[in-house]
Amino acid sequence: MLTQALFRALDKKAVWVIGIFLAVAVLVPMANLLIPPGQFGHVPTYLVSLLGKYLSYAILALALDLVWGYCGILSLGHSAFFALGGYAMGMYLMRQIGTRGVYGNPTLPDFMVFLNWKELPWYWLGFDNFWFAMAMVVVVPGLLAFIFGFFAFRSRVTGVYLSIITQAMTFALLLAFFRNDMGFGGNNGLTDFKDILGAPVQAQSTRVILFAATAIALALSVLVCSMIVNSKLGKVMVAVRDAESRTRFIGYRVEYVKLFAFTVSAIMAGIAGALYVPQVGIINPGEFEPGNSIEVVIWTAVGGRGTLIGPIIGAIVVNLGKSWFTSALPEFWLFALGALFIFVTLFLPKGIVGLWKQLFGIRRKKAEEPALPTPAQSVDIERGEDSATFDNPQIRPAE
Amino acid sequence: MLTHLLRLALLTLSLLLPSQIARAQDAAVDIPAQIAAMGEASLKELTQIVVELASTGDNGVVPVLTALADGNLYLDEASGRVVIQNGSTITDPLTGEAVDLGAEADLSRIRVNNGLRRDISAALSGMTLMSDNPATRLAAAQGFLSKPDAANLPLLDEAIAAETDANVRGAMQAARAVTILTSEDASIEDKNAAVPQVVAGAGRNAITILTGALADAPDEVKPTIEAAIAGLEQGRAVWGALQNVWFGVSLGSVLLLAAIGLAITFGVMGVINMAHGEMVMLGAYTTFLVQLVIRQNFPGLLDYSLLIALPVAFLVTGAIGVGIERGIIRWLYGRPLETLLATWGLSLILQQTVRSIFGPTNQMVIAPTWMSGSTDFFGLAITYNRFWIVIFALIVFFMLLLILNRTPLGLQMRAVTQNRRMASAMGIRTPFVDAMTFGLGSGIAGLAGVALTQIDNISPNLGQNYIIDSFMVVVFGGVGNLWGTFVGALTLGVANKFLEPYAGAVLGKILILVLIILFIQRRPRGLFALKGRAIEQ
Repeated sequence: MLTQALFRALDKKAVWVIGIFLAVAVLVPMANLLIPPGQFGHVPTYLVSLLGKYLSYAILALALDLVWGYCGILSLGHSAFFALGGYAMGMYLMRQIGTRGVYGNPTLPDFMVFLNWKELPWYWLGFDNFWFAMAMVVVVPGLLAFIFGFFAFRSRVTGVYLSIITQAMTFALLLAFFRNDMGFGGNNGLTDFKDILGAPVQAQSTRVILFAATAIALALSVLVCSMIVNSKLGKVMVAVRDAESRTRFIGYRVEYVKLFAFTVSAIMAGIAGALYVPQVGIINPGEFEPGNSIEVVIWTAVGGRGTLIGPIIGAIVVNLGKSWFTSALPEFWLFALGALFIFVTLFLPKGIVGLWKQLFGIRRKKAEEPALPTPAQSVDIERGEDSATFDNPQIRPAE
Repeated sequence: MLTHLLRLALLTLSLLLPSQIARAQDAAVDIPAQIAAMGEASLKELTQIVVELASTGDNGVVPVLTALADGNLYLDEASGRVVIQNGSTITDPLTGEAVDLGAEADLSRIRVNNGLRRDISAALSGMTLMSDNPATRLAAAQGFLSKPDAANLPLLDEAIAAETDANVRGAMQAARAVTILTSEDASIEDKNAAVPQVVAGAGRNAITILTGALADAPDEVKPTIEAAIAGLEQGRAVWGALQNVWFGVSLGSVLLLAAIGLAITFGVMGVINMAHGEMVMLGAYTTFLVQLVIRQNFPGLLDYSLLIALPVAFLVTGAIGVGIERGIIRWLYGRPLETLLATWGLSLILQQTVRSIFGPTNQMVIAPTWMSGSTDFFGLAITYNRFWIVIFALIVFFMLLLILNRTPLGLQMRAVTQNRRMASAMGIRTPFVDAMTFGLGSGIAGLAGVALTQIDNISPNLGQNYIIDSFMVVVFGGVGNLWGTFVGALTLGVANKFLEPYAGAVLGKILILVLIILFIQRRPRGLFALKGRAIEQ
């Protein structure tokens, strides 16, 4: 059954994507370690970490694509899952500092000593164990998404309302993590990491390994998403996206389908956060910023939602642009980002990936089938609640 | 021992002397001689002199006694004169005139100890209690209130008998009651009778005073005091609640202003306008510019600059809104989530534009005189700017109701909200209505911006601080219903202020967000859901 799903998942495109990232996982570290600095083809260590950061963003964008592109749930709270995963990792890294902190306290992180706390809060217990922390990376975002999604989808909170309450969720978490008494370092977050699994975080070899781990995680994410999307469940997800009410009337439990997609997606986002933190060396409440979640949405939209490669391309391209802009023309980055938002939503509804089809596909299609109206166009993707009334394409208003 | 002597002396004096006016003449104390004697006096003699001086009741001795207590009274060893030295100025203690002691002056401080200082302050309050000035007497009574001493009782009794001002007498009686309550000799009956007097006269400090007295009070008095404290605390809780309601209404009216424009665009057009906060911000900057122009060209109108800014801001942001609708949003109808992204992008551009033009720092808008200051409304401190914003929010809200319910445009808007296709079929130009609706919503955001200049910093990030709250209000209140927004804004405002004292500002806000998330589970369409087939799932 599993092998069958695996076989089905590995269609030609997915194999290519997975292959590329596995190759990247090997080639970039080799280019860093084997080719001496200064020679052509050498990848400096800082660039390895930067690329690793992009790849973790790509996992996050892929996670969002799974719920938005395939299931029609626009979550504006995915940075919350990302940050929670990051905090779980950060807590492990904090516990690894041990006596090397400023205050030299063997168990308490510096900020707790500073706040005059006498012992570790209960929710920090166990985080000195790597595998426990890794379990939390998966469990905490997953559980939050499960509980949140269970209630939201059960009461049929859809469309815009869902977007806004996911935004409220991440905003509430942002405010909560800013508080010093939460015990997560408040404003400054967690930083000053020393070791991960005994290896120094700053060392070249550790950074290279972290990069390889991120690339492999991305390949695995693509595999998992591909398995889901190509399964029967994946087809139902697309059905929910295109005509939620109709899917429900046919007899599918729409809320469970959504809940599944939402939880899996949150777990992926959490893993992305956990890979992100050791590579950038800090996690602070700013990661919960609602604006960040919206930025993830734009990566996905730029690359092309509803495809597996699109969000990955989008995340990397937009972040490359961001890196270039913020160093070359810092004043204009927000202009560029804002214009990108508007341009993509107006002119590229299918993103970069869909550009080819948009330019040449439509013409061909027109030539082939001139008169037939295509059902379930992108127009009613978001109007799940209206589709009961407007489902018949012939009577859809001309807007 | 010394203090007892003094108290005894004061007591006898105050009993002997019939009225404060006749005192100075009656007393056969040679004030200048006494002051001159201070120079060579020992501590014991000084105490005696202080008592003598105080017994004159003459206001002229007050500077001497104050200077003595403060360590500013000096003896010039060369001339033998007693003078007050304050910084570099040397004055005569009685006349207050400057004294030139010449080059050979040799000043030495007249020493006092803490015991004498206490005596002096007691003597001084005793004197001020008999002062001709009611304000001074009130201050003296309040001094006794905060430092009750049984020895002052006769003094207070006499002052109360002579007092003509009801206000001052109340304070004196409260002071007397407190003194009785804290003294060891007073009878139980007296103490019990004193409790209500403390409650009546001591004002806001009554609870502190009574709580302090409770510990030392005899068991028979304790129940009375406890009952009085409970009553006071209840009263205080009621006032606290009222104050919270006011703060909540004030916050709610700000939320209402910020959210009401959003409610229109969201309700009528189903458009998520993430750039709404930036419209508020642009309104605020328009106010800033209007004030700048007025200050440079028509300084006389400065007080009315806010009123002038209102229509300007409405037109500016309304026009920008119409532009946004025609340029971006109309291509995205039926895709609300993509409108969200496009308008978010637009908000980034607008923020950065304003930041490039005006810089990232905060700008100032001066409050007109009729909006600054505050008033005391039955113990509620109400600042005028908050008050006017509440009024303004109400005016805007009811104007909007009027527009929606009594004008042709409003009729068309409602028709489009309820059934777009049917409205279109009946000949309503829905694209025009959409543009006007968006313009109206943006214009009202601009008005909100004008109001917010009075309570918030004008910075490019101004809008960001309100956008999430505004969405919460609209979603909570229910889309397409202005009353829903009204109730939603006030409920959230008041709830926020009631949670704040218990949970703190940040935690209170988190709780509100969590409550809204939970509320949406119960009523996915908000408080006042629009009913009808168009919204049916």
